[in-house]
Amino acid sequence: MGRNDLITGNVWEQYSNKVIERMNNPKFLGEFTEEDAKKRGAKLVVADFGSEACGDAVRLYWLVDPKTDKIIDARFKSFGCGTAIASSDVMTELTIGKTVDEAMKVTNLDVEKALRDEPDKPAFPPQKMHCSVMAYDVIMEAAAKYKGKKVDELKNNEIVCECARVTRGEIEEIVRKYNVKTVEELQKYTDAGKYCKSCVAPGGHEERDVYLVDIIKEVQEQMKKEKIKESVTTDDFDNMSLIKKIKTIEEILDKKIKPMLAMDGGSLELIDVREEDGVLKVYIRYLGACSTCASGGMTLLAIEDMLKKELNTDKIKVEQV
Amino acid sequence: MVYLDNNSTTPMDERVKEVYCDATKYFGNINVIYDLGIEARKKLNEAYDILYPGIGASDEDDIIITSSTTEGNNTVIKTFLDSYLKGSGKKHIITTVAEHSSIKATCAYAKTHGMEVTYIYTDENGRVNPKDIENAIREDTALISVLFASNESGAIQPIKEISQIARKYGIPFHCDGAQAIGKAKINVRELGVDYFTFSAHKFHGPKGVGGFYVREGAPFVNLIHGGNQMGGKRGGSVYLNGIIAMAEAVKLANEHLDEMYDRVAKLRDKLEEAILKIPDTKTYVDKKYRLPNTVVASFRGIEGEAMLWDLNMHKIYAATGSSCSSERLEGSEVLEALGEDPEIAHTGIIFSLSRFTTEKEIDYVIEVLPKIVKRLRDISMTYAKVKPSDR
Repeated sequence: MGRNDLITGNVWEQYSNKVIERMNNPKFLGEFTEEDAKKRGAKLVVADFGSEACGDAVRLYWLVDPKTDKIIDARFKSFGCGTAIASSDVMTELTIGKTVDEAMKVTNLDVEKALRDEPDKPAFPPQKMHCSVMAYDVIMEAAAKYKGKKVDELKNNEIVCECARVTRGEIEEIVRKYNVKTVEELQKYTDAGKYCKSCVAPGGHEERDVYLVDIIKEVQEQMKKEKIKESVTTDDFDNMSLIKKIKTIEEILDKKIKPMLAMDGGSLELIDVREEDGVLKVYIRYLGACSTCASGGMTLLAIEDMLKKELNTDKIKVEQV
Repeated sequence: MVYLDNNSTTPMDERVKEVYCDATKYFGNINVIYDLGIEARKKLNEAYDILYPGIGASDEDDIIITSSTTEGNNTVIKTFLDSYLKGSGKKHIITTVAEHSSIKATCAYAKTHGMEVTYIYTDENGRVNPKDIENAIREDTALISVLFASNESGAIQPIKEISQIARKYGIPFHCDGAQAIGKAKINVRELGVDYFTFSAHKFHGPKGVGGFYVREGAPFVNLIHGGNQMGGKRGGSVYLNGIIAMAEAVKLANEHLDEMYDRVAKLRDKLEEAILKIPDTKTYVDKKYRLPNTVVASFRGIEGEAMLWDLNMHKIYAATGSSCSSERLEGSEVLEALGEDPEIAHTGIIFSLSRFTTEKEIDYVIEVLPKIVKRLRDISMTYAKVKPSDR
C-alpha cells in the first residue's frame, strides 16, 4: 500500500492516445460479402470469437487470395468496450498483406504493443488485456476456416498465458534451459504472467487449468529425476565388469530404491553380488520396517523388477539374506 | 455538460453552498464553554431543528451525524455483531441482494465472526416480497436491513410493510435511505424503522456528512470512539458547517419533492420514451415502483462501457452497472437481477436525473443518443449483416 493505492484508478485514464483514437475512429471497421470477394478474386473468410454473454466478442472478415494465401483486405465487427474495439481494429490491420500462415503469428501482445504511444508504457491497464486476447483467437478461427481444419489442429501447444500467448512448451523449454525456479526468474525470459497475472497461481481473476507455478514445479521435479537417471550409467550393463556392475547396482539402490522404501520407514543393505549360471544374484538384507514387513516377498520382486528396468537386463535375481 | 448520474452523487445546490461557506465562520469547538463554542452549539441546534422534522424523527430519537450512509450502515451491522459476540445468541441478519456494498461487505465481515446472513432475492421489478422476509425470520434473527431504493435499478422497496413484519416479530429494522431523501417524503416514525441512514451528497448537500437515525431505545454501539461528541455516540470533532449545510439540503429536498414527482419525472419519462423509440432497447422496473428520476435501459448490441465512452465524448455523464469500467468482467448485476440475459446485462445504462436537470439537457440527450447508438451498432457484430454462417 501507499499513496498510489489510496485513490481508485480509472481505466480510461490509462488508455494510450492510440487506443482512444482507434476507439473513436476505427480504421478497419466494416464487413465483406461474397460479392465483394468475387469482385476482388478472393475467398471470403468470416470468423467469430468470444461471446456477448461474456462482454467481448469479435467478428473478422478476410479476403484471401487463394493463389498466394495472402490476406488482401480485412475488416472487423465487435461487441465490447473501447479497448476491445481498438484492439480489434489494430488486429485486423496487422493481418492485412500477410499470408494466412504469417497472420497466425500475430498475437494479442503484438496488438497491445501496436497501440502503445511509448515503447515501454502499456497501452491499457492489465485488467483490460483480456480485450486484446481475442485477437489471436479470432485469427486462428479465421485461419482454420480458410484451411478447412479445426482450430486445435493449428494450435500445436496449450496456451498457458493468454495475455502474452505463451505456450506450455515454451515455458518448459525456458525452465529447462535456464534452470528457472520461480515465476520472477521465468519473467526474465518471457512475458508470461506479466499482465492479468491469472496464469501465475490460483487466486487470480480467472480460474485456469494450469498455472505457471505448477509448470515450474513439475519441470524442476522432472529435471531432478532425469539428473538422477543420468548419473547412473546403465549402458550395456551385461558387458560391464563385476565391480562396475556392483557399483551401478549400489547407485540405483541408493538413489531410487532406498528413498522409496524410506517412505514406509524401511531400508535395505547390499550384502553381496555374485554371477551364477549367467544370472547376477543380488543379495540384500532388509532394514527398519522392511525387516518385519509381511509383504517383504512382494517388495523383493518389485526391487528386482526395478533393477531389471533401470539396468535394461533380465539377467538379475534379487534374494533376501 | 449533461449530468445524469445523480444516484451516484449530486452537485451542491448553490443555496446549500452559500450556507456551507457561511457556516465556516462558526469554527468554535461546540464543547468549549466560551462564546465561540456557545455560538457554534447554537448553530448545531438550529441544524437539528431542521433535521428532526425533516425526516420525521421524534425528539426522543437520535440523529447521529456520520460521514456517510456507509458509516451508518457499518455502525448498525456492527452493533448487532457486537451483541452477538457478547452472547446475545442472535446471529442471523436478513437483508437483500439489492443492497449497497456497505451492507453486503459489512455482513460479509460479520460472517467471519460467526454471524449468518440471508439474502432475499428481488422480483422482475427489483423489489423484495415482504412475505419472503417473513419466511426468512428465525428465532435467532438479530436484524432486518432493507434499502429504501436501489441506486442502480431505481426500484423502491415496500419499507412500511417490511417494518410491520419486523415489529410483529420484535426484530430491529434498518433502512438504508441513501436514495430516499429528495425522492420521497420521509417520515421515519411513520415508516416504522429503527434505523435510517443517509448521506447529504445524494440530495445536493456536501460530501463527507451524513445522518444515522436511531429510534429511541434501539440498540446502539459506537463505531468511532474518542469523545463526548454526539452524546458520546460518535467521537471526532463535529463537522459543523457540513451539518448546517446538510440540514439546508434536507429542507430544500423536501421543498422540491413535488417538483421531483412532477417536472423531473416528466423529463425522465420523456427520455425513456425517446430511448424506447430506438429499436432493440428496453427499460426496466415498473414506473410505480421506481424512483422518479431513474431510467435503466439496455441497448442490444452495445456494450455498456462503449456506450458510456461515447456519451462521455458528448459530455453526457451516466452510469453503467456493468463493469468493464471497473475490474470486474461480469455484466450488470442489476439487469441480471431483473431477469435479463447475460448478453443484455452487458448493455445496461443508468440515467438518473435531478431537480437541476433541464428539458434542454434531456432534449440534447434525445438528439444525440440515436447517433451514438447508430455508431456503436455499426461497430457491433450483433448488427453485422454478414454472419459466419452466410459464407
